[in-house]
Amino acid sequence: MDFELSADEVALAEATRSFCEGRFPMKTVRELIDEGGVRRELWKELAGTGVFGMCLAESEGGAGLAMTEAVLVFEELGRALVPGPLVASHLAAGRLSGVAEGDRVVGMVELTRTPVLVEHPTALDALLAFNARGEVVEVAAAAIPREQLPQPFDPLTPVALAGHGMGGRVVFRGREAQAFVRRATALLGAFAVGIAARTVEMGVAYAQQRYQFDRPIGSFQAVKHLLADAATRTEVARAAVHAAGVTLDDAEAGILPVALAERAVTAGKLLACDAAVANARTCLQVHGGMGFTWEVDVHLYLKRALVLASQFGTAKELSERMAGYVH
Amino acid sequence: MNLRYSEDEEAFRRDLRAWLAGVLPTLPPVPAKDDWEGRRAFDLAWQARLYEAGYAGIDWPVDAGGRGASPTEQMIFLEETESAHAPYVGVNFVGLLHAGPTIAAMGDPGQRTRYLPAILRGEEVWCQGFSEPGAGSDLASLATTAVRDGDEYVVNGQKIWTSHAQVADRCELLVRTDPVAPKHRGITWLILDMKTPGITVRPLKTIGGSSEFSEVFLDDVRVPVANRVGDENDGWRVAMVTFSFERGTAFISDLVRSRELVASLAAIAHRGDIRRGIPSAWADSATRQELGRLAAELDGLWALTCRNVSQAARQGVPGIGGSVFKLAYSQARQAMGDLAMKILGRAGMSFGEIESLGNAEQVEGYVYGISMGIAAGTSQIQRNIIAERVLGLPKEPAWTSN
Ligand SMILES: Cc1cc2nc3c(=O)[nH]c(=O)nc-3n(C[C@H](O)[C@H](O)[C@H](O)COP(=O)(O)OP(=O)(O)OC[C@H]3O[C@@H](n4cnc5c(N)ncnc54)[C@H](O)[C@@H]3O)c2cc1C
Repeated sequence: MDFELSADEVALAEATRSFCEGRFPMKTVRELIDEGGVRRELWKELAGTGVFGMCLAESEGGAGLAMTEAVLVFEELGRALVPGPLVASHLAAGRLSGVAEGDRVVGMVELTRTPVLVEHPTALDALLAFNARGEVVEVAAAAIPREQLPQPFDPLTPVALAGHGMGGRVVFRGREAQAFVRRATALLGAFAVGIAARTVEMGVAYAQQRYQFDRPIGSFQAVKHLLADAATRTEVARAAVHAAGVTLDDAEAGILPVALAERAVTAGKLLACDAAVANARTCLQVHGGMGFTWEVDVHLYLKRALVLASQFGTAKELSERMAGYVH
Repeated sequence: MNLRYSEDEEAFRRDLRAWLAGVLPTLPPVPAKDDWEGRRAFDLAWQARLYEAGYAGIDWPVDAGGRGASPTEQMIFLEETESAHAPYVGVNFVGLLHAGPTIAAMGDPGQRTRYLPAILRGEEVWCQGFSEPGAGSDLASLATTAVRDGDEYVVNGQKIWTSHAQVADRCELLVRTDPVAPKHRGITWLILDMKTPGITVRPLKTIGGSSEFSEVFLDDVRVPVANRVGDENDGWRVAMVTFSFERGTAFISDLVRSRELVASLAAIAHRGDIRRGIPSAWADSATRQELGRLAAELDGLWALTCRNVSQAARQGVPGIGGSVFKLAYSQARQAMGDLAMKILGRAGMSFGEIESLGNAEQVEGYVYGISMGIAAGTSQIQRNIIAERVLGLPKEPAWTSN
């Protein structure tokens, strides 16, 4: 057993991080608020790093990697708060044409979760929907709702209310559809880990630089302990999500039962989304009044964390599922 | 990263399982909670069995008599013994996890041959005399003095919360040898023979009603200078070495046990009282979700343990993981205890088992969770450590009275 990142894994995470720092600085991310969350050239560059096609076989133009590596990449995307339907496009790559290359942007939505809100509606070339029969279907293009609600909770996640007729061609069914959901759950969790980690860093940086009562606010224990708790949540959640990635691959390889992978992704997303939401809240509190302003980035992290927490298993649902594993 | 065990590791696990299956049914019954002589004899006998089978000091260096195995094998050992409900390390804790490794690393050859084999063979019990009434979290302010008199130190002072002191043969003792030096630089680490004249051990009752730990009074206790580990006034550094030996594996048995406790709690929650028309706690979704959340937390902590162990295996020393794990685990244990008491309701009103309800171990667990947030560095101290040493936040200004 060696649950530390290998040299290749560290290199992959670092490459993703430096790509994001170069191409998705917060200034750019904020510009995307007015562009429906996706700018085509940037999306294409993202595809160029392998974000979407990395898990495809080399013969299919991918890097032959797996969920072990994908969770590391998505953690970095979360840290940079890269917007857009990243998880859906990653999962659709290889199944729908042009997705791995970044030529087509694919979203996903759960029809079982009402109100049915489609994210990034104006940016989508295709939409995958998870239906009540447990299938993943490709929604007919004409049925994709395009009208953004005027005030999305997360400015980087514009949403449109879906109407009827969201059926379509089945893309994944049965075991494949279940695997789709497990991977989606793991990657959403990974993205959340990135948010949890980044908001601790932002909080620490501010606590070191902001002075009150002639001392850095980070020297107050009340502040320190908030951040220590946040850092602790991150470490537990990160370990859980990395374990989810590794366990998914081992289950895929037939080494472990699928039920274990199911449990690992459930625990991973639950802990990660809780950590992301709680840490973003902590970060906001540490920023005081500045944290409540639009210009400081913290709210964007908090809002995205809540978007992640609202899909593919809410805290309630995931906890129930965990309870089922225990008893 | 991977969570797959190597062929060697799997072989180690298989052999251990087979050995446990053979030996466990032959063990005598576990002594009562407060039968300390009985517990001492039981724990030492178990350690002797481990020694004979080559399982003593799995991760101790070979030249100290250990197996020199990797932290991963130590992890497997702890996981398997706990899963098989083998005896816990018990009164051997300080010897095997603290004093032994410290002497192995910092002791002179005479000390190593005198003390290490006796720990591994299950012949001597150690206790830890660090905390004092006036020096808990601020351990370095300890006031027990040791004054040199020829080739002996004369020790005076008091220790407190000394676990297992009443059945210990030796004590790892921190004393002040330089009263004027800055507090961290006047401390010395001594090996104290608990039969030396001048030692009074007075058991303290814990909130669990047992006498787990004691007060230890030291009046003109003479300790040979030869019993000093490390240099005079360099004891703080030696103590830090002591603390670093956990190598991420200190709570593995505990964590395995916690997972079992959650499962038993779920079983208790399933039971209603149909005769009296009382629904099961499981029917309540909030209770189910709290249990599920805890299970997720324990899974996450298991993954974090795997990470810390892997780090120790690669680097020889644990990373920052120790404090993070300790804090998160203490919190989880406390949440678990709180939930257990809620689910038990009236059944929680007895430490003893009521009609095989399974309440006893849960009530014990509730009390144990509370101690987790205090012993070995309180949760507040862990947060300070994480904030200052991991996150790099500024230290608090020193407090002055004026
Ligand atoms: C079950 C058990 C077994 C033990 N076994 C042993 C043993 O075998 N050998 C041994 O030497 N010791 C042992 N101890 C003692 C243990 O190490 C101390 O109790 C612990 O270090 C805390 O010290 P204290 O009790 O003096 O509390 P204090 O230090 O007085 O703390 C009281 C409260 O103040 C808070 N506090 C203190 N300082 C700070 C700070 N800087 N910032 C924020 N909050 C602070 C603490 O968190 C705590 O809430 C044991 C304790 C327990 C409960």
